[in-house]
Amino acid sequence: MKYQSQSVAKAYFYCAMLLFGVQVLGGLLAGWIYVSPNTLSEILPFNVIRMIHTNALIVWLLLGFFGAAYFLVPEESEREIFSVKLAYLQLAILMIGTLGAVGSYLVGIHGGREFLEQPLWVKFGILVAAVIFLINISLTVLAGRKTAITNVLLMGLWLLCLLWIFAFINPDNLSLDKMYWWMVVHLWVEATWELVMAAILGFLMLKLTGVDREVVEKWLYVIVATALFSGILGTGHHFYWIGTPGYWQWVGSIFSTFEVIPFFLMMSFAFVMVWKGRKNHPNKAALLWSLGSSTVAFFGAGVWGFLHTLHGVNFYSHGTQITAAHGHLAFYGAYVALNLAVFTYAMPMLRGRDPYNQVLNMGAFWLMTGGMAFMTFVLTFAGTIQTHMQRVVGDYYMDVQDSLSIFYLMRFGAGAAVVLGALLFIYSLVVVRRREVIAPGPATPVAGE
Amino acid sequence: MAEILTKSRARNIFYGGSIFFVLVFIALTAQSHFYIVNHSTASAPLTEQIARGKGVWERNSCINCHTLHGEGAYFAPEVGNVMTRWGVADDPQGAYETLDAWIAAQPSGIEGRRQMPHFDINEEDMRALAEFLRWADHTDTQGWPPNDAG
Repeated sequence: MKYQSQSVAKAYFYCAMLLFGVQVLGGLLAGWIYVSPNTLSEILPFNVIRMIHTNALIVWLLLGFFGAAYFLVPEESEREIFSVKLAYLQLAILMIGTLGAVGSYLVGIHGGREFLEQPLWVKFGILVAAVIFLINISLTVLAGRKTAITNVLLMGLWLLCLLWIFAFINPDNLSLDKMYWWMVVHLWVEATWELVMAAILGFLMLKLTGVDREVVEKWLYVIVATALFSGILGTGHHFYWIGTPGYWQWVGSIFSTFEVIPFFLMMSFAFVMVWKGRKNHPNKAALLWSLGSSTVAFFGAGVWGFLHTLHGVNFYSHGTQITAAHGHLAFYGAYVALNLAVFTYAMPMLRGRDPYNQVLNMGAFWLMTGGMAFMTFVLTFAGTIQTHMQRVVGDYYMDVQDSLSIFYLMRFGAGAAVVLGALLFIYSLVVVRRREVIAPGPATPVAGE
Repeated sequence: MAEILTKSRARNIFYGGSIFFVLVFIALTAQSHFYIVNHSTASAPLTEQIARGKGVWERNSCINCHTLHGEGAYFAPEVGNVMTRWGVADDPQGAYETLDAWIAAQPSGIEGRRQMPHFDINEEDMRALAEFLRWADHTDTQGWPPNDAG
């Protein structure tokens, strides 16, 4: 760790991992209710558990992004963060807001727009925290060295904070409400967050592989260009059936098909950099998470997204378990795994120790990734059957659901593996020895290398 | 390739192209706003009662079990066409009575069956919720869902 103020990131990462735990445990409970529907039905109904599951996810990913920004901006800008106090104040506001939101959900106080259920005071808290963050990070960047990584990162973070304004716009007209709701939801995960993801991935590749900065930064601009060129009009794939005009079916189908490209490029970028790179970085787990993130993002967001994005397909598959399958793998690959890559990379430095117990961390990677892949497959099968029975044949919803129970049971098993992996991951970063358990073998270079 | 696409060219393409697509998107959004207000949702007037019903819908977080026009959670049936499914899409009194009876009967307590929570909703709010769902049912959603099953 070159700069003292980078240590702010540690607090962000700890809070993020706490909420990560809450998120996956909430998910496991929700998955169990699919198997055994009477569980807690009187005291903690499904809708409340789901709000906790999704909200905790969103907040911890944002905390991870903010922490990553506080970690990498000093190194890129070659100076300390403008104000460490502001960074802690921002974190305190976000944590109070999040815990306040969870508490108010438990007593039945919440809004009712999906993912934006936070009470108004929490929404304002998030806005204040976002403003503090933008001021703090922008002043740091403006005073220091400017790089493509900080440019793209800042642009992504500024735009995502600005789009939060749409969380306050809730027209009485349901179709308008839905259209503007997507300005937060879609333009976060399929546009601005992709900028943040690409910037962070670029930073990790720079550090882990030692490839020339010029090469990394050119790739970065190409990736984010394809992300925004496809992602902005790709919003149209949410405007097929909510009362918006019919031309969105073509705009959405065409542009969201192109949304596969940035994810393919990010995956190619990561692998090409590792092949080209001459550096043998000791933190193998961080490299595994970086490559894993870009690969799973390509499948989850790219392939599984394309699977149901064409309007002729979506007419039948819209709002079925196909959507759930895609949502889970896309979020895991693109944003969860990327955040865990940053935590894995930064934590040893932040805690001043060796790049540690990597076997446990890498085991957690395979357990979580395997679990998520299995969950995606079973939900895709469930969704295919659901689409046929409900949308083609016309059987009623609950009758169809009853015939999917075997898939929900398998989904619960997959979820249990993910939770176990998540807890192992947190353990491997938070409670770990200072030195490696197994002494490294002798360095024997392969002939010809 | 390397000589033609320099870093600064890549950057300029990124900025220029993004601004272009943002402008196109804003124009289409404005047109869509106009279309929603004047065409797709214009067949039934947006009254204060319907706005109140939307508040009831939100306050009870219905979206975290049900879908509405296909968006929401996938734990419970689609409600964008529930009034059609119940055969009361054009019958305000019938819509209210059916919805009220349904909600009063929850949770069913049947073992192994998904449970809808108990909601305390007064008559005025219940009528507003029924009208909101009827109004949503009348939205032109390009023919979606494919059938009454939702």
